[in-house]
Amino acid sequence: MRKTEFAIVGAGPAGLSAAIEAARAGVKVVLADENQRPGGQLFKQIHKFFGSEAHHAGARGIDIGTMLLQQVSQQKNVEIMLDSVVWGIFRANPGHTLGVIHNSKNIHLKARKVLLATGATENVLAFPGWTLAGVMGAGAIQTLVNVHRVLPGKRVLMVGSGNVGLIVSYQLLQAGAEVVAIVEALPKIGGYAVHASKVARTGVPILTSTTVKEVHGKGKVEKAVLVQIDENWQPLTGTERELEVDVVCLACGLSPLAELAWITGCKFTDVPELGGHVPIHNENMETTVSGIYVAGDLAGIEEASTAIEEGRLVGIAVAEALGYLAAGEAKDKKTEISNRAEQLREGPFGITRKQAKEQLIRRSLSE
Amino acid sequence: MRVEEHPILGKLQKAPAVEIEVDGQVIQARAGEPIAAALLAAGKHIFRYTRKDHQPRGVFCAIGQCTDCMMIVDGVPNVRTCVTPVKPGMKIQTQHGLGKLRSTSVEKD
Repeated sequence: MRKTEFAIVGAGPAGLSAAIEAARAGVKVVLADENQRPGGQLFKQIHKFFGSEAHHAGARGIDIGTMLLQQVSQQKNVEIMLDSVVWGIFRANPGHTLGVIHNSKNIHLKARKVLLATGATENVLAFPGWTLAGVMGAGAIQTLVNVHRVLPGKRVLMVGSGNVGLIVSYQLLQAGAEVVAIVEALPKIGGYAVHASKVARTGVPILTSTTVKEVHGKGKVEKAVLVQIDENWQPLTGTERELEVDVVCLACGLSPLAELAWITGCKFTDVPELGGHVPIHNENMETTVSGIYVAGDLAGIEEASTAIEEGRLVGIAVAEALGYLAAGEAKDKKTEISNRAEQLREGPFGITRKQAKEQLIRRSLSE
Repeated sequence: MRVEEHPILGKLQKAPAVEIEVDGQVIQARAGEPIAAALLAAGKHIFRYTRKDHQPRGVFCAIGQCTDCMMIVDGVPNVRTCVTPVKPGMKIQTQHGLGKLRSTSVEKD
């Protein structure tokens, strides 16, 4: 049995930021992550981020990742356990005990407070042939191409024209692949115009009101059949066209990676604007289970910059709860962070997330 | 196919070569990279066949969540190749079905 004050599951932007803030206040932190290196999905984000200067706008995800790792390395109170799969959470008094498999060994880690910052999982789109090798998530493509520097194919069909679909299309072009087309089931492009025009300028066709009918190949993708759809999402017979491709990339959104929160007994609510079922949490990001906090994509699908702010908020709240920060000081810091997070929830995309988040917090009051 | 040149990330940095064996064939991997990356770079796309219908599967999520890329690694089945780094001399096999579980692969606390 190992003991710590604050255990964090997931060393992505939310988990790292929480660790940094809590440790700065004096909290002893153990940060567990199943991967071989910390940083979550930041190191595959090679595009520049939006937001204000306080949100590192203009910086690339990889730079923000490097900055967070540098900041966390300065904190003597933070221990990062890599190659550590958290498989269960059990109530202890006080706090919780995590079951962790580290180096093929099972460890019990007891903590007064726990943050679940497990991130998200990619949504799939099921069409005949979607299980063939070569059909993969947009995040998978980013990991393979930008982190491991391997192109899984040469001719790619991108499914989805949200920001992820547009950005990953551009990143595929940067890596030397051909993006044969981007298909979008909705009648208009989903992502920001700035990303769409960057891709369109290179000559990649963005086909709206179009979807994948099926994918063919002997074990591996060789051909995709596209079809146009009407306003009721019904395929229009006779509009089928075939494309020779060896990769079909699915950029159909993300869902919170919520298993640990579920088995911990956190109450959930369905918020489509935040990617589906999310744990109900209060303004400190604490769930309906006392001492269990959530931050980042698990608390609602947003962006790395919002994950950073939410993680910091939890770091402060935990430091306060453990007596390392006086109420007044904590309040000032939390207000500052909340204001910055608000700035990230502006514009047509941000405002729905802002309202959904506010509703989630109001909901926690009635729990 | 390796991305040797990249406008943002620059030239692919040199990494020590690691030899691994895949279904009896020796391939060159880059030290530190996951098995799945080495296999895709070597042109291998089918990693396993499903139990019931023997359908081929390859890499889907590449971050250890979906388990589509599981293979037999040094005799241990169901290894997520996208999050398992290569080691010199590693023997990797295409997995058919679920594989055979060894009695204990995790030690107790």
